[in-house]
Amino acid sequence: MITDARFSWLFLAVWRRNLRVYRRIWVINFLPPMLEPLFYLLAFGLGFSGLISEVVWHGRAMSYTDFFAPSMLAATVMWQAFLETSYSSFVRMFYQKTYDSLLATPLTVDEIIVAEIVWGATRAVIAAAAMLAVVAALGYAPSWQALAVLPIAFLGGLTFGAMGMAFTSVTSSIDMFNIPVFLVITPMFLFSGTFFPLTGLPAWAAGLASTLPLYHLAELTRSACLGLLGPASLGSAAVLAAFAAVFIPLSLVGMRRRLVK
Amino acid sequence: MEITDEQPVLSVAAAHKTYGTFTAVDSVSFAVRRGECFGLLGPNGAGKTTTIRMIYGFSPATGGTIQVFGQDIRTGFRRIRARLGVCQQGNTLDPDLSVLENLLVFASYFGIKRREAEVRAAELLAFFALEAKKRFQYDELSGGMARRLMLARAIINRPDLLILDEPTTGLDPQSRNTLWDRLLDLKRQGMTILLTTHAMEEAERFCDRLCIIDHGRVAAEGVPAALVAARAGCYALEVESPEEAMAEHLHEAGIRFDRSGRRLIVYGDDKAALIALRERFCAEAGFIRAATLEDVFLRLTGRELRE
Ligand SMILES: Nc1ncnc2c1ncn2[C@@H]1O[C@H](COP(=O)(O)OP(=O)(O)OP(=O)(O)O)[C@@H](O)[C@H]1O
Ligand SMILES: [Mg+2]
Repeated sequence: MITDARFSWLFLAVWRRNLRVYRRIWVINFLPPMLEPLFYLLAFGLGFSGLISEVVWHGRAMSYTDFFAPSMLAATVMWQAFLETSYSSFVRMFYQKTYDSLLATPLTVDEIIVAEIVWGATRAVIAAAAMLAVVAALGYAPSWQALAVLPIAFLGGLTFGAMGMAFTSVTSSIDMFNIPVFLVITPMFLFSGTFFPLTGLPAWAAGLASTLPLYHLAELTRSACLGLLGPASLGSAAVLAAFAAVFIPLSLVGMRRRLVK
Repeated sequence: MEITDEQPVLSVAAAHKTYGTFTAVDSVSFAVRRGECFGLLGPNGAGKTTTIRMIYGFSPATGGTIQVFGQDIRTGFRRIRARLGVCQQGNTLDPDLSVLENLLVFASYFGIKRREAEVRAAELLAFFALEAKKRFQYDELSGGMARRLMLARAIINRPDLLILDEPTTGLDPQSRNTLWDRLLDLKRQGMTILLTTHAMEEAERFCDRLCIIDHGRVAAEGVPAALVAARAGCYALEVESPEEAMAEHLHEAGIRFDRSGRRLIVYGDDKAALIALRERFCAEAGFIRAATLEDVFLRLTGRELRE
């Protein structure tokens, strides 16, 4: 007796469903990633330039805004993917019972969950693209390598999307997402070499920060924007891939346990 | 595997489901033949939804065997679900999508091509009188429309077996009748249907066969009319607050009767005998009517409210 496969390309149907809903409110989805860099760069460019003349990143001196602009790309990827597979997926699963109706079709739990994570990554790519357009127009992404931000955003989106989904699989109420947001995502946002280079931290803290996925994502977006992608970038990509490789199976196991009653 | 005429579309054999130490379904067996409408009746918490969920592979059975279209649900879940239509208890429509999009997107989950899905969606919107509402958002629909849309969505893949969990609960008489009419149309087109309902009169009319389950077990199974004849009789005499002497008499004479609160219900095939009883004990307070499936249901599952 042949057992039906647990995974197939049918997962793209769920991905397309999410894209369809996203497109309906595309203005709302597009504006924040385009406006955010304008606001931040304006504030930091005007307000900080008197305080900090230069930052040094991997031995290179640059203006603070040159350093910070690519960080925003990384942070946006993280927030977009994580919020999509945490709050949004939870609403679909828990309040809208969307997964219940999907499980009466040929779709499997694995396909639904992978589709949600891949969708989270897609959202991250779209937001990164919109933001990159503004960042590049302002002159903060002078290299053609900046286009690599898009695949980098997809990889980072998978990583953070999978982390969000893993939390979702063990979350019993929507308020519980405050815990990972305040204990994991927000500290990561602040301490991953995004707002200042890790060299500003004491050695132990810098060591700790360099294990965080957002650190590696920010290294990648900065290298891409400045045209400095190199062998070290592969290492960072490998770290992100490793996080995804751990959290995707974790979220599948958690969701199977949760949805199969 | 080809389906022969004798092979049932669905066969449930000793299906068993436990949640922790609680047994929700305790060895349920029945079979549904091609083209028939089979009813699954039972009080709240009897295990109807659990049974249905095991059939479409939402919940894995703890024990027993479930075969749909001749395939085991454990191994053939994808092939089986491609040919099933399921209308779940409660509303599971997609609130982020319009009426039309609900149909188109659901079709895509079955791998139905866009163009074909549009043709089918247009047909279904017409069939369920939802054409004028196709651009509506989900929260602009009434309960009756939402249920019709659930049903339309369930048959977008042209299923060989349609499973309906309480399709008419919570609807007003008009919506309920419309829905039953549509179901009757589908049945006439040869659709095999498995449904649960609490509407006894409708089950009696609509189902070719049914089974009554209680506490996760099959209490009775058969053709509705035959069940009524065997378990209740042709007629029922209902008496409001009778004298004790009446119950004593019935007991001694070995006549079938039930109590329901202060009411007493006497069953029998012989109308004259029931009339004689009424004359003797309760000329004023008693009336005679045809026995119904509801009598059978209440006889088998008790007349008290379940927790
Ligand atoms: N996921 C679950 N975990 C634990 N118990 C459950 C679960 N799902 C159902 N049950 C229990 O199993 C029993 C049968 O429930 P089920 O939903 O099958 O009843 P039902 O016959 O469909 O009732 P109703 O007519 O109210 O819809 C109930 O006692 C219910 O509490
Ligand atoms: Mg139920």
